[in-house]
Amino acid sequence: MKGYGEVILEHWRRPRNRGRLRAPDREAVQANPLCGDVVRLQLFFEDGCVRDVRFDGEGCAISQAAASLLTEKVKGKATAQLAELGEREFLGELGEVTATRAGCALLALWALQRALKEGPR
Amino acid sequence: MAIDVQGIRRDFPILERRAGEKPLLYLDSAATSHKPAPVIEAVASFYRESNANVHRALYRLAAEATELYEAARGKVATLLGARSEEIVFVRGTTEALNLAAHTVGEARLGAGDTVVVTEMEHHANLVPWQQTARRHGARLEAVPVTDSGELGLSAYERLLSSGAKVVALAHASNLLGTINPIPELAQAAHRAGALLVVDAAQTVPHMPVSVRELGADMLAFSGHKMLGPTGIGVLWARGDLLEELPPFMTGGEMIGEVWLDKATWADPPRRFEAGTPPFAQAVGLGVAVDYLAELGLVDVRAHDVELVERVLEGLSRREHVTVYGPREPSARAGLVSFNVAGVHPHDVATLLDQEGIAIRAGHHCAQPLVRRLGVPATCRASFYVYNTTEEVDAFLWALDEAWRLLK
Ligand SMILES: Cc1ncc(COP(=O)(O)O)c(C=O)c1O
Repeated sequence: MKGYGEVILEHWRRPRNRGRLRAPDREAVQANPLCGDVVRLQLFFEDGCVRDVRFDGEGCAISQAAASLLTEKVKGKATAQLAELGEREFLGELGEVTATRAGCALLALWALQRALKEGPR
Repeated sequence: MAIDVQGIRRDFPILERRAGEKPLLYLDSAATSHKPAPVIEAVASFYRESNANVHRALYRLAAEATELYEAARGKVATLLGARSEEIVFVRGTTEALNLAAHTVGEARLGAGDTVVVTEMEHHANLVPWQQTARRHGARLEAVPVTDSGELGLSAYERLLSSGAKVVALAHASNLLGTINPIPELAQAAHRAGALLVVDAAQTVPHMPVSVRELGADMLAFSGHKMLGPTGIGVLWARGDLLEELPPFMTGGEMIGEVWLDKATWADPPRRFEAGTPPFAQAVGLGVAVDYLAELGLVDVRAHDVELVERVLEGLSRREHVTVYGPREPSARAGLVSFNVAGVHPHDVATLLDQEGIAIRAGHHCAQPLVRRLGVPATCRASFYVYNTTEEVDAFLWALDEAWRLLK
């Protein structure tokens, strides 16, 4: 049994930026009704760039690790750069996940896309 | 006599394939069973040699196809200790229960009546009754599940006395494994003047089931969980009840006479088999019934119990594992749901899959029950005639590996 890759295990055991922001500019909750995974993503912007970010949620190791990894990636980025963050690239950084679990791995990214689309709170 | 598992395994072509680099270790028969070569061959040879639409034509081939279709009905009837006219072929348990809910609603339900379900139902035996209750202004009440995973019998009696017209419940829960005491529940329902509809998707494939001994009024199950093809299932109902019920779907095959503005209905079971039925699949189901009868359902049941006992024993020795449902192997169907402390069920399932082991993780189409258990989901391992004690041991070993990697 090879288990999960290092990136997933690392972020699952020591999640980065877990918690809530007091006054986020953007926020979205993305859930996977099939398995009950939930990720909430909050963003705080300054000068057009992500100054602070938090996630919280519940679910499998992959969904929570992916959310943690995403928070690291978005920090300091401008809105246009955030919109360019693609699924393939993100999955590549997370490490190998089977097709059956891609929905878990992409939950946080979909939350980000929703937050950007829905605009400021 | 114990069934010959190694001999049985040779009948299932799919067990020869690998899952990645590992041999396939399939522990998800509660979702769907594999098919033995005689069933696969029966469907293929029906298409090769006997294919024609049933009940419609005058030529020899059609007569032969009809004969095979009706012979399958007879085999199912014998399996259940029922009469052929009481066997309605449908696509599966879900359609059977929708048929039951719709027609019983039309015939028996009015404003202020009560429909009784339970907290342990599969969505297939819950949502159709919600819809029917709503349509007829009836109330829907659910028998609660106790902490040991059984039905609360005093609550059941209480709900029956509140104007219950129909009770719909599982013979065995597909999540807890609990086998419900249908004969007692049926007697109580009948004393209260209610019909009893049984979802037997998890029992008919695995143990002797006699509809008369159960005392049920209607009973539903799927062919694909009992070595048969997909797309075929059965609704059994007491003959006099079927006579009373209106059609569910309408169209060809189910009519008596049709005018432009009205129609009359055929007698049961055809009244409930609108359109071209899945006749090739019915023939395959007939062969699956033969296969199970040949093994002997008493022995099939004994094999399930043996495997469940071994799994329960193994899991209970692991402190980080929580098992749901009755402790006593003989009180449960051939499946075990569990969780591993601090590890999401999907992670357990994914890591086991790396060893070629197929278990299910999720809400098992029983969201109210999962909510009652207070967990987001569970893992479930389920067993059938082709599973071995060695497979149970391999599963327990893999679970330890997953725990080692994720704890
Ligand atoms: C208890 C129970 N009821 C109903 C069903 C639905 O069966 P089907 O999907 O074959 O209609 C299942 C299986 O998924 C089940 O386990």
